[in-house]
Amino acid sequence: MSNLGLFGFGPDGWGAVLLAGAAVSIGAAVCGLILASLIGAAAARAKLLGGPIARTIAQTYTTVLRGVPDLLVIFLLYFGSSSVLSSVAGFFGYHGFFALPGFIAGVLAIGIVAGALMTEVFRGAFLAVKPGEIEAAKACGMSTFLRFRRIIAPLTLRHALPSIGNVWLGLLKGSSLLSATGVAELMRQTQIAAGSTRLPFDFYLAAALIYIALAVSSGLLIQAAERRYSRGFVRR
Amino acid sequence: MEIQFIFETFLSLLGGVPLTVQLAALAILGGLLIGLLVAGMRLSGHRVLIWPAWLYVQIVRSIPLLVLMFLIYYGLTQFSSIRASFLWPILREPYWCAVIALVINSSGYAAEVIRGGLQSVGRNEIEAARACGMSGFLLLRRIVLPLAIRQALPAYSNEMIAMVKATSLASLVTLMDVTGIAASIASSSYRPIGVFVAAGAIYLALTAALTQSVRLMEYRLTPHLRRAALPADAQ
Repeated sequence: MSNLGLFGFGPDGWGAVLLAGAAVSIGAAVCGLILASLIGAAAARAKLLGGPIARTIAQTYTTVLRGVPDLLVIFLLYFGSSSVLSSVAGFFGYHGFFALPGFIAGVLAIGIVAGALMTEVFRGAFLAVKPGEIEAAKACGMSTFLRFRRIIAPLTLRHALPSIGNVWLGLLKGSSLLSATGVAELMRQTQIAAGSTRLPFDFYLAAALIYIALAVSSGLLIQAAERRYSRGFVRR
Repeated sequence: MEIQFIFETFLSLLGGVPLTVQLAALAILGGLLIGLLVAGMRLSGHRVLIWPAWLYVQIVRSIPLLVLMFLIYYGLTQFSSIRASFLWPILREPYWCAVIALVINSSGYAAEVIRGGLQSVGRNEIEAARACGMSGFLLLRRIVLPLAIRQALPAYSNEMIAMVKATSLASLVTLMDVTGIAASIASSSYRPIGVFVAAGAIYLALTAALTQSVRLMEYRLTPHLRRAALPADAQ
């Protein structure tokens, strides 16, 4: 570290730029997690209760997305969307380059990739809910929706939480790949800072430390959430 | 026209397969060796060894691979002492930088899987082996390692697949692996969808082949389970 002022918030400091980048990274990871949860819940439902067609679709989705690199999915959605949108725009008489904003394409990509992991997480967690607990809810006369809201969702979440934490950490690290499509997240801002100061080692090291700090603090949050959702329940 | 384009693209993408496989194989092999060392340190019982091993695993697992790769490839150029040293011919090459980053990354995950496998070996089995007069290397070779590998293989196969997928990041340090070739064809042909789908199919075939061979290995390692449950659904 030759000059700590470079990482500060003064006029020559890159601190604010890096922090803004970190905020974008967190935002992308949060949006990705929400998308992944929605996709995961739907696909898990399709695998557990769906008909043969829904099951096949869900199975194909998880198999394919587990075997294809995340970077390729990001490229496919970013550049693929631009070629589709440009031809649609050309059809209506507008010529030029049209694309999904990199942030949206990237969030879609990491959300779809994490959704495949989430599917298995939710499926496993639902299977860990004891049938007796659902039967008891039925015996109490709860409707399907009430049963889901009061019994199935909280119990599934309890079992799923540790794995959701892993998916979250993966999303946080995976958001660094969005830099390849020019999204101004932490990695991209670090590249810019490294290039203009000619101090690549210092800045990539700073980025690594920020990612470590993010991982450690989210690890603590996940632990707290696990403790809260396991009240009255002893983990082996 | 379109079909011919996709066919030609597919052929050029296949040219990247050797590099992708090479990177993945080196990453898995190197990660396994360092992972074994780190797992051994974690289980050694000496505080001086446990603590650094724990820290190493935590740090490696929290840093995105891309950051690690750029830190090595772009970051190390900052120091003139490294540029003057005998290591420079290696660290100058994007290939070796990618390999080093992949090995470090995979070793963090491998260490945890190996530790889990070694810890799963029961006290009774070890005691029985000691009672038979085995110790040291013989005990490790005949009892501990086979049991640990059998236990750790399913989890480790996930890590191996993750490494195959992770090699795609090497394209961002200018290497022409499958993803690198795909990105360059996509940007020159303006037809990205077909190109990236073809590349995805190649990765899917690679990971499927890996999954199948691990499954075969699992089958051979678990003869005692064969009649009770077929290993095909023993995921």
